[in-house]
Amino acid sequence: MMSLKTTIQMNKRFDALFAILGLLSLLVGLTTLLALVVDLFLDGADHLSWTFFTSFPSRFPEKAGILSSWVGSSVVMLVTTATAVPLGVAAGVYLEEYAPKNWLTSLIEINIANLAGIPSIVYGLMALGLFVYQFRLGQSIQTAGLTLALLILPIVIISTREAIRAVPATMREASYAMGATKWQTTRDHVLPYSLGGILTGIIIGLSRAIGETAPLITIGALTFIAFLPHAPFSSQFPFVSFEWLEDPFTVMPIQIFNWVSRPQDEFHLNAAGAGLVLMVMVMVMNGLAIAIRYRFRKKIKW
Amino acid sequence: MKKEIIRPFTLCLILFVLHDAQAGSLVKIDGSSTVYPVTEAVAEEFQAAKKGAIRVTVGISGTGGGFKKLCRGEIDIANASRPIKSEEMTSCREESVQYVELPIAYDALTVAVNPNNTWVTSMTVDELKKIWEPAAQGAITKWNQIRSDWPDKPIKLYGPGSDSGTFDYFTEAIVGKAKSSRGDYTASEDDNILVQGVASDVNALGYFGFAYYEENKTKLKAVAIDTGKGGVLPSRQNVDNGTYIPLSRPIFIYVSKQGLTKPEVRVFAEFYLKSAASLSTAVKYIPLSAVLYEAAHRRLDQSLLGTTFSGYKPGSKIETVIAEKPRL
Repeated sequence: MMSLKTTIQMNKRFDALFAILGLLSLLVGLTTLLALVVDLFLDGADHLSWTFFTSFPSRFPEKAGILSSWVGSSVVMLVTTATAVPLGVAAGVYLEEYAPKNWLTSLIEINIANLAGIPSIVYGLMALGLFVYQFRLGQSIQTAGLTLALLILPIVIISTREAIRAVPATMREASYAMGATKWQTTRDHVLPYSLGGILTGIIIGLSRAIGETAPLITIGALTFIAFLPHAPFSSQFPFVSFEWLEDPFTVMPIQIFNWVSRPQDEFHLNAAGAGLVLMVMVMVMNGLAIAIRYRFRKKIKW
Repeated sequence: MKKEIIRPFTLCLILFVLHDAQAGSLVKIDGSSTVYPVTEAVAEEFQAAKKGAIRVTVGISGTGGGFKKLCRGEIDIANASRPIKSEEMTSCREESVQYVELPIAYDALTVAVNPNNTWVTSMTVDELKKIWEPAAQGAITKWNQIRSDWPDKPIKLYGPGSDSGTFDYFTEAIVGKAKSSRGDYTASEDDNILVQGVASDVNALGYFGFAYYEENKTKLKAVAIDTGKGGVLPSRQNVDNGTYIPLSRPIFIYVSKQGLTKPEVRVFAEFYLKSAASLSTAVKYIPLSAVLYEAAHRRLDQSLLGTTFSGYKPGSKIETVIAEKPRL
């Protein structure tokens, strides 16, 4: 009787011990992150002003801004989205709905999962050889956008497949029973139901891409640019211009890296400010992903 | 739902529309991170002077990377913190790319210790060699091994990584052979890390570009270099009068011949030489003498192709080197 009591007591003590250990493990990660964020905020917050967003880089830290880099990051993301989303979603739908279940399909599936784990610099090297030298796309916005699109393509494909898989088979069967073709079923039922998951995957992919530096340095992103890309609209016929795709570019992480390596302390504070902006951009994107997922989940009633 | 994603991008598009499209002429520059601050300052002033009619881009891919791009004809101007090497000249010849070599300023490599280091004020080149040569690896670890009256304390060394032009020049000037150095020191491509290291450790010694010392004067103590005539500190004056040897080095831009056929590149190069004196001072580099800028101007005016600085021995007189006949 006595020994049972001690056993229970001992087990309870271990239970409490693990709770404390788990909490400590959690705190290590959280406090480090919090300290970094707070430090970045304290250093960078006073630098955030309207002129910081609307000025080009400069040798005067107080005049230097992030205009060319945030615009560069945004347009590169635009090209990335325009390429990765149609390709990735179409590939995911094909793999999940159309592809026959044989060894070739499983081989492709395994390789897509592997691609998601490849270091980003490898994509940069491949893009340098393929896009810059083979296709002669130049060290331009289009090259950067395509490179990052390849980088996040596996993420988009995988999340599309997971989202589609979550749609119950009964929904498809009901649709087929009404005489719908496979494409009609996919377009009218499967895709709308899985849109939340797909969009979440896309945004998480994009928020990874926006912080990437290595592949962009490899393909030749520049450091000093004091002009914006060409306007996408022109006053002459046909009014739409794609000249901006071929413009040179810089992006936020490269601007931050450049400022950090400067001797003047004021530049380091600018870097903190730009880091804060980049972090907020990523957080907003992730927040958007959560919001979208929440709204779509609420709408679906099976 | 799609609207929520599209909206930020639409905003960007509107911003482009508001921003007028510019003229097409472009000057492409790439290369050394050491020369970057000077070129950035010149590019900034140049674009302001031309009201954006000519666009300038500057990249950082290192001196070696810059030469590679120059020889492939990808850029108009290469920033270089050391003269072109003979292998690089060969690859340029193979691609039949020719260039004009223009020295634009001096950098004074600075050997620095912690301000609380009371024992070091000056060092000879031989003493520095004793610390940094490959044979010192694992052997020279205490201050009193350099001079017997220095304390019996460990030496903590900080220096740039082996890809940097600063490393090439320092090893050539001190050890006598480029890239020949001990390996057991804290190396970083980011000079700020070196500054931090030296500033936080009383037993530390490190070397980096002059600008990093100038900006952190309160946290560092520069070591005077003694070549037999007493210690000489790195300063604008001592580089100017040629006494800070062998650690003062010229930095360059290389303008490609193909680039010079474009008027915007020629105009930019002329603007560079005209403003190099004031702008290099502004970013804490040391300007060349007026005579040297004139000589550089002559090179540009006559499109004198080739290099005279390749194989430049640290400490040799730059006025005589620039007057030699350039070779390709």
